[in-house]
Amino acid sequence: MEFYPEVVAFAGTPFALNRIMLIRLVVLALLVLVFALWTAKFQKATKTQNFVPGKFQLMGEISLNFVRKSIAHDQLGEKDGDRFLPLLTTIFFVTLGMNITGIIPGFNIAGTSVIGLPIVMAVAAYVTFIYAGIKKHGGHFFTSALFPAGVPKAFLILVTPIEFLSTFILRPVTLALRLTMNMIAGHLLLVLCFSATQFFLFNADGAFKLFGAGTFAFGFAFTLFEMLVAFLQAYVFTLLTTVYIQLALSDEH
Amino acid sequence: MISRILASAAEGEAAPNPLLPSSYDLLWSSVVFVILLAFFWFKVLPNFKKTLDDRTQAIEGRLEAAEKAQAEAAAKTANIEAEQAAARAEAAEIREAARAEGAVILAELKEQASAEAARLTATAKAQIEAERQAALISLRAEVGTLAIDLASSVVGASLQNDKIASSVVDQFLADLESAGKKN
Repeated sequence: MEFYPEVVAFAGTPFALNRIMLIRLVVLALLVLVFALWTAKFQKATKTQNFVPGKFQLMGEISLNFVRKSIAHDQLGEKDGDRFLPLLTTIFFVTLGMNITGIIPGFNIAGTSVIGLPIVMAVAAYVTFIYAGIKKHGGHFFTSALFPAGVPKAFLILVTPIEFLSTFILRPVTLALRLTMNMIAGHLLLVLCFSATQFFLFNADGAFKLFGAGTFAFGFAFTLFEMLVAFLQAYVFTLLTTVYIQLALSDEH
Repeated sequence: MISRILASAAEGEAAPNPLLPSSYDLLWSSVVFVILLAFFWFKVLPNFKKTLDDRTQAIEGRLEAAEKAQAEAAAKTANIEAEQAAARAEAAEIREAARAEGAVILAELKEQASAEAARLTATAKAQIEAERQAALISLRAEVGTLAIDLASSVVGASLQNDKIASSVVDQFLADLESAGKKN
């Protein structure tokens, strides 16, 4: 299957590199490059005390401010938002960068479409919101999460397992699965549309060739749709991580 | 691809479970994630924050400076207005003082003039009196002589004696004066 391409280097070791791993490394390099350029602009602006950003710098500010203002500050407030901003920013731009390779010609597969990366990010989110809760409330974080205030004692037999399942198991699992499955489904849709186009145009006879135009139009539409999904999934992953942290920080869970 | 899947399925080759990560997958994911996390944490975001903070500070500083400048300008305007008012008041005072002084000078001059006039009048009166006295004396002498001449010619030589003549004249004049006084 396309999600498990041939290993090109270090076969049989944990360092095995295949096409998708290489795509991830390329995205990593591109992200570092773009943000290093933006950072250089920021440093230059600070050094020269130039407070009017240029177009390129403004693009960087808008991108970073999207996570900072629209996600972190909105959910967590300025102080806690800035505290957890590194994780949130990383999650957002990694997810966005890895998702978008699904529709970039030459790459054609999302770096997040194999589950490793979503799992790593979900674990990071999981560890972070538990850390936030313990830091703020100590052991009380777990008791108030598992034994919600105001619930009659008899119901706790029912409520506590549900709370445990939803808070400590389903949250990271759904984070990772939602992202991976969206990317896998998107990839399968595009593959289906474009291989059908290929088949109808070159292998089918006569009037069937017209179907090729239809499947190509669908493929085009789904490519645009995948663009939206790539952004949306990055936003959802980041927003949910923020919400989990916010819930852990709030006084009542 | 489909044929490949079908082929592999037919061969009974188990397709890998997409929910279970392979070790290399997790490793490279962690590498990518950790590098980017560190990059954002220690490089990108601090610089970004510093830029924003500096900008906020600069904007606030400039606003403050503008406010200060405005306040200064307002103070200067008020100062100038106060100075103008003071100058105007001073001018009015000076004018008033000048007017008062003028009035005093005028009064003085008037007084001097009237004093001068009085002095002139007095001098003229004295002169007139002196002249009148002189005229009276010369008139008296002349009238005496004339009267003697007249009497001599009327009475003849009998009145040649000067002693008698002068007593007669004096008598006459005394009578004349007393008559004048009665009048």
